[in-house]
Amino acid sequence: MLRIKNINTYYGQVHALKNVSLHLNAGEIVSLIGANGAGKTTILNSVSAITPVRDGEILFEGKNIAQLTPDRIVEMGISQVPEGRQVFKDFSVADNLELGAYLRFRAREKRTIIRSDIEDVFTLFPQLAQRKKQMAGTLSGGEQQMLAIGRALMAKPKVLLLDEPSMGLAPLVVQDILRVITRLREEKGTSILLVEQNAKAALKIADRGYVLETGKVLLEEKASELLENKDVQRAYLGKDKKEIWER
Amino acid sequence: MKIWDPLYECMPREDLEQLQLERLQATVNRVYKSVTCYKKKFDEAGILPEDIRSLDDLAKLPFTTKEDLRLNYPYGMFAVPLREVVRIHSSSGTTGKPTVVGYTKNDIRTWSNLVARFMTSAGVTMDDVVQIAFGYGLFTGAFGLHYGSETIGASVIPMSAGNTEKQIMIMQDYKTTALVSTPSYAITIASRMEQMGIDPKSLSLKVGLFGSEPWSEGMRKEIENRLCLHATDNYGLSEIIGPGVAGDCECNNGMHLYEDAFIPEIIDPDTGEVLPRGSIGELVLTTLTKEAFPMIRYRTRDITSLHYEKCDCGRTLVRMKKTMGRSDDMLIIKGVNVFPSQIEEILFAIEGCEPHYQLVLEREGDVDVLIVRIEVTENIFFDEMKKQKSFVEQVERKLHSVLGVSASVKLVEPSSLPRHEGKAVRVIDNRKR
Repeated sequence: MLRIKNINTYYGQVHALKNVSLHLNAGEIVSLIGANGAGKTTILNSVSAITPVRDGEILFEGKNIAQLTPDRIVEMGISQVPEGRQVFKDFSVADNLELGAYLRFRAREKRTIIRSDIEDVFTLFPQLAQRKKQMAGTLSGGEQQMLAIGRALMAKPKVLLLDEPSMGLAPLVVQDILRVITRLREEKGTSILLVEQNAKAALKIADRGYVLETGKVLLEEKASELLENKDVQRAYLGKDKKEIWER
Repeated sequence: MKIWDPLYECMPREDLEQLQLERLQATVNRVYKSVTCYKKKFDEAGILPEDIRSLDDLAKLPFTTKEDLRLNYPYGMFAVPLREVVRIHSSSGTTGKPTVVGYTKNDIRTWSNLVARFMTSAGVTMDDVVQIAFGYGLFTGAFGLHYGSETIGASVIPMSAGNTEKQIMIMQDYKTTALVSTPSYAITIASRMEQMGIDPKSLSLKVGLFGSEPWSEGMRKEIENRLCLHATDNYGLSEIIGPGVAGDCECNNGMHLYEDAFIPEIIDPDTGEVLPRGSIGELVLTTLTKEAFPMIRYRTRDITSLHYEKCDCGRTLVRMKKTMGRSDDMLIIKGVNVFPSQIEEILFAIEGCEPHYQLVLEREGDVDVLIVRIEVTENIFFDEMKKQKSFVEQVERKLHSVLGVSASVKLVEPSSLPRHEGKAVRVIDNRKR
């Protein structure tokens, strides 16, 4: 589905991604884990072309999308849910969702189909249905996250790039969000690239994971094995930090 | 025949190469960061982890040799702190210090699954009773097959090596269906059974998983005939993981090498240059999934060739030919390269020849002399001088035509050559260098 080879991304002079290669199979949930500044968000932004890569290949269904503009990438079927939700706070919930279908309106798709997709989002998130006329800014953090995901789904993506969906949310709400992510994969077959500070929660719902450090991939393994990996436990899951064997 | 891990064993080549690149880059990043020896070697070669942008770039990295492992004895090559290591194995040091290898919990699981792959392709299922006649201990063979069997769900009898009569008794009583041993020990078991008058057909044996020493196609047929089982080969070495690097499939045209976990290369043992596909040379392996003991371009010293054509079994993995011997086992006789395995192949092809033989090298003046000692049996007309003489001449002629050097054949008394329970030592080199 998505195949990334040797991408290098810079923020000015800062070399943020060094030769990163990774892949995402159809219907897979892949988690990117690592400390702050490791390059997790940069990978998502590189795929969606918000921060274009300097070199390397990003193949989506066999086509190189590394030089395309963000709107072309959304059109092709890759949507990003940005860190911190970034919903349009002064717009209603329903308007936010419609905006997610902006490119479909532009392509003159039938409004009835788009409307029925909005209903699908409401089925997925019944809480949003109750608040469809409410301004997005008045929603709770969890609801805003649901809205941000719903908005991304309105573009009918095959690949969803999720950036820190659990950030700042209460543990119970985090559980809800993670359940929805699993459902998306099961019901719609969406492939998901998931960036999470909460590495343990992310690895529990993921199939595989990549561990990043200072812009490099250090490990690719099954999620269940990463949970058992002592390096990962120590660095990202907050276990026995001090006890490091000295050579 | 069932395939244990179809996702990886039958992965389309293109997907496999992407996975290999990702894992190679991750492994190189990791060893550069956490293993001093690799950092030093890469720095000396002027290579940064970022320089590895394709699988072909692997050839830029320096080799790792047994000598590196000895210099870093015992734990210097470990990529994780010792407290994360749950198992330590060691390979025998015939010269100097032995080498030490470690496994994390995940490494043990990976290893078990790799062994389960070749055991499954040999036909082992959860209904089998597996008798392991490898020595348990620092050697990886017994534990590898033990975990593989348990992963499949077969019943394991951890016999360890030796005590041949007891092995046979257990095979009879416990109805062993799968035998795990060295090929030479399988012959020892067969001979003892013949002496005891036990018909191999009266046993429940179905399949044999033989490994840990090079053996010929002829020896395979010999074992199959004498033990009435299907004999399969597998390949591995402790420095890389133990058994579980490669194994036979039912098509019997080479061992599938598990490329999602290891990248193989074939090099010229003298120049270190990577040879084109299909060439015979030394196997070099890089691990892709090992946590505790990653290896970059480890020179195995084993001589073989790799074949990428499609296999009928459905696996997309490269096939590796039976090892012809070790590059350091290679004998140079009168300037000609000779592998003991070639001689074994010739002996097995001659009717009436027994699997027990010994190669002795002497120097007379300035000339190398190769003497092949073969045990006499009834088949070799022990009491008929004339037939014996023509048999000897036939073997000598054959050896000369295949090896390109002359050898003298000496027949010796039955059972006079040493028998082996572990790896056979068949070469005695008396030449003073």
